[in-house]
Amino acid sequence: MSENKIDNNSLSFCQPSEVDLQKRDFLVKATAATGAVGVAAVAVPFVGSMLPSERAKAAGAPVEVDISKLKPGEKMTAEWRGQPVWIVRRTPEMLAKLVKHDDQLSDPNLEVPQQPEYCKNKDRSIKPEFAVMLGTCTHLGCSPNDNFAVTAEWDGGFVCPCHGSKFDLSGRVFKGSPAPKNLLIPPHQYLTDTTLLIGEDKKAEA
Amino acid sequence: MATTKKTTAAGVLGWVDARFPLTSTIKGHLTEYYAPKNFNFWYFFGSLALLVLVLQIVTGIFLTMNYKPDAELAFASVEYIMRDVFGGNIIRYMHSTGASMFFVVVYLHMFRGIIYGSYRTPRELIWLFGVGIFLVLMGEAFFGYLLPWGQMSYWGAQVIVNLFSTVPFIGPDLSEWLRGDYLVSDATLNRFFAFHVIALPLVLLGLVAVHIVALHEVGSNNPDGVEIKATKDKATGIPLDGIPFHPYYSVKDLVGVVVFLMVFFAIVFFMPEMGGYFLEANNFVPADPLKTPAHIAPVWYFTPYYSILRAVPPIGISQFPGVVAMGLSVVAFAFLPWLDKSPVKSIRYRGSLYKRWLAAFVVSFVILGYLGTVPGDIWGQFGPWLGRADRATVLARVCSVVYFAFFVLMPWFTKKDQTKPVPERVTY
Amino acid sequence: MMKRIFLQAFASLSLLVSGVAMANEVHIDVKAPINMSDKASLQRGAKNFVNYCLNCHSANYMRYNRLQDIGLTDKQIKDNLLFAGEKVGETMRVSMNPKDAKKWFGAAPPDLSVEVRARGADWVYAYLRSFYKDDTRPTGWNNQVFDKVAMPHVLYELQGMQVLDHETHTLKLEKAGKLSPEEYDQFAGDLTNFLAFMAEPAKQSRLWIGVVVVLFLSVLLVLVKKIKAEYWKDIR
Repeated sequence: MSENKIDNNSLSFCQPSEVDLQKRDFLVKATAATGAVGVAAVAVPFVGSMLPSERAKAAGAPVEVDISKLKPGEKMTAEWRGQPVWIVRRTPEMLAKLVKHDDQLSDPNLEVPQQPEYCKNKDRSIKPEFAVMLGTCTHLGCSPNDNFAVTAEWDGGFVCPCHGSKFDLSGRVFKGSPAPKNLLIPPHQYLTDTTLLIGEDKKAEA
Repeated sequence: MATTKKTTAAGVLGWVDARFPLTSTIKGHLTEYYAPKNFNFWYFFGSLALLVLVLQIVTGIFLTMNYKPDAELAFASVEYIMRDVFGGNIIRYMHSTGASMFFVVVYLHMFRGIIYGSYRTPRELIWLFGVGIFLVLMGEAFFGYLLPWGQMSYWGAQVIVNLFSTVPFIGPDLSEWLRGDYLVSDATLNRFFAFHVIALPLVLLGLVAVHIVALHEVGSNNPDGVEIKATKDKATGIPLDGIPFHPYYSVKDLVGVVVFLMVFFAIVFFMPEMGGYFLEANNFVPADPLKTPAHIAPVWYFTPYYSILRAVPPIGISQFPGVVAMGLSVVAFAFLPWLDKSPVKSIRYRGSLYKRWLAAFVVSFVILGYLGTVPGDIWGQFGPWLGRADRATVLARVCSVVYFAFFVLMPWFTKKDQTKPVPERVTY
Repeated sequence: MMKRIFLQAFASLSLLVSGVAMANEVHIDVKAPINMSDKASLQRGAKNFVNYCLNCHSANYMRYNRLQDIGLTDKQIKDNLLFAGEKVGETMRVSMNPKDAKKWFGAAPPDLSVEVRARGADWVYAYLRSFYKDDTRPTGWNNQVFDKVAMPHVLYELQGMQVLDHETHTLKLEKAGKLSPEEYDQFAGDLTNFLAFMAEPAKQSRLWIGVVVVLFLSVLLVLVKKIKAEYWKDIR
């Protein structure tokens, strides 16, 4: 608009004055700003419609897991939000080994918040016997396999079939793995001694 | 367009311009597209139709994310959108309101074209593309209406598809082929979904594009029906009565857009059913192939043509004449450029004969529209001297005759009409 | 808003007048007492629905936790409305198989999620109040607004027994139920109110969003009108 100025008295439009231009500039900016607010508001239902729906939320509601039949040294898998949640009942021997390989781990002291506050302890658990974690590799989302057989170099844990990431029985990742972080621990709580509620912690309910 | 000058812009714009006609397109269609300065409010509806098209496409895309084109799931998925999806009710109401408002805007846009003679030379092709848009829009609305899979969706589709079975010889096979089943079913729903969300929108977008390109080639008409290109400035070649579309009409259309959105959102938020005209009560009952609702009628924007269909008596046992009449009543608009023989374009300079005919046409159209929404026996019957005919049906027949007479007799009454002299320049 | 208040006033007035005029005649052509801001009525209606309707009629699109919108907490919903160990996030389903239902009643009980949108609240309110004894029907019951209805009068114990006067087409209460006619009307009113809420739970929120949107657009309108006037100063 600014280039090739036309001013010709026979035409139906004329060039605005400098004052008018300033006024217009202000009005255009004010309207554009208001319009932008409107567009942002309209975007809310559209962007929001792509969030998990009430149905997805209901399906992803916390799940109760009965752990009374889980034997020491074994693992069971529960499903929460369609994803595998592992519950490992660790033996005293397993727990003893866990504290000995801290130097081989990427994040032995749990600096990265991959667990709720109440699991930021040496066993990464509420009750040391039971480890709860999301069975999804933090590298690219495969589900690691169990490798509980102890050898001289291996204290027992999980190995991801996709790119070989290794985790210990607390879900902590070993150095040299492509996975950058420890396995995620979902919020959970004990409803009774043998019933776990996965997906909701105590503080959320309070 | 003719006055486009090659400018050598610098930087990114220059780089793009060397490879793509960006600046010249903006000039040709916006900043140096000269539109007559005397547009009145009737000229809002073109840009508003474009706005509604965009709204329908955007809301439609988001509905598609959660809708299921499956006879078992469709109804539930719509209620799922209305309840469980965040913002889903707003998106759905915008789409359902948008469908009706599309027709409101398009009917007003067409009426503008009629009263100001926008279909006359050299704009016949714009008009034909426009009629094409109207036809595709009707198809789009019809296919889309089946998707909620309520009783009205179902039986509306059933009735319309069965119209094709009246075609002599191939009719029954034709309607079976359209449905993909012996009745409207999952197969029908699935293919209507495909037509509604991709096939027709593609055609629609193409037609809208050529509609606008053709318009900008010959230039806009105006309420005086005066060709502004006939009087150009000698030095610049700019029409003396023309003003650049941008900024003058872009800011003016913005006012129209905001007013329209106020009406649109008032409907969306306060009365999305619009008293049963935009969303029908029976469509909150899931489709039931075994039970037809007591009274079924198409959505309001189809009712004038539906009335004509009902008004035409069958020949023998064939309903085909009614179907043909209905088809003709829609297609008739395409012939306007060649039916109108008046020396003037705009209603401002036409005589009373034309105005009376136009008024009769509009009144008939509205009455037909109303009658299409109610049962044929709503006003009871005449006495024995008229064979106890339904009063409403007789009126619909009269209106249908007027409707077609408007087109058929147009060459005669436009020629005979006492027109007034047209000024050389537009009045502003 | 004013219109609704008027209608309500009118409806209650006409109820009052007719109640005085004919003591035990039941009027069904009145407006349903719909009031979405009456949380207590909606909560009573929810309870009535769960206790009396939800055995046969599902509300498959309605989630229990949506009852938060009428002022109930998840815990209240769980303790008072859930009997079979469902979760609050689930929808109001019934265990009855639609095929069995069709065999038993001749018609499967319809899902009631959007019934009020299909029939209108006034119809539902009238329907709940216009069952009458009719021995020609297999269930022994008929309904004045839904002739040859398949559903028996489930609320018989509460309303009592009505009979139809075939000459005047009016209903009369022949045998009183547990509730007085006024109490029964309130019961049916609460239930209708709840069904109306359930038909579109987001209705209240869309109404206030609409007010904000229209107000916003009026501000925008002032601005664009100013811009238009400013630019069009150039036109001669």
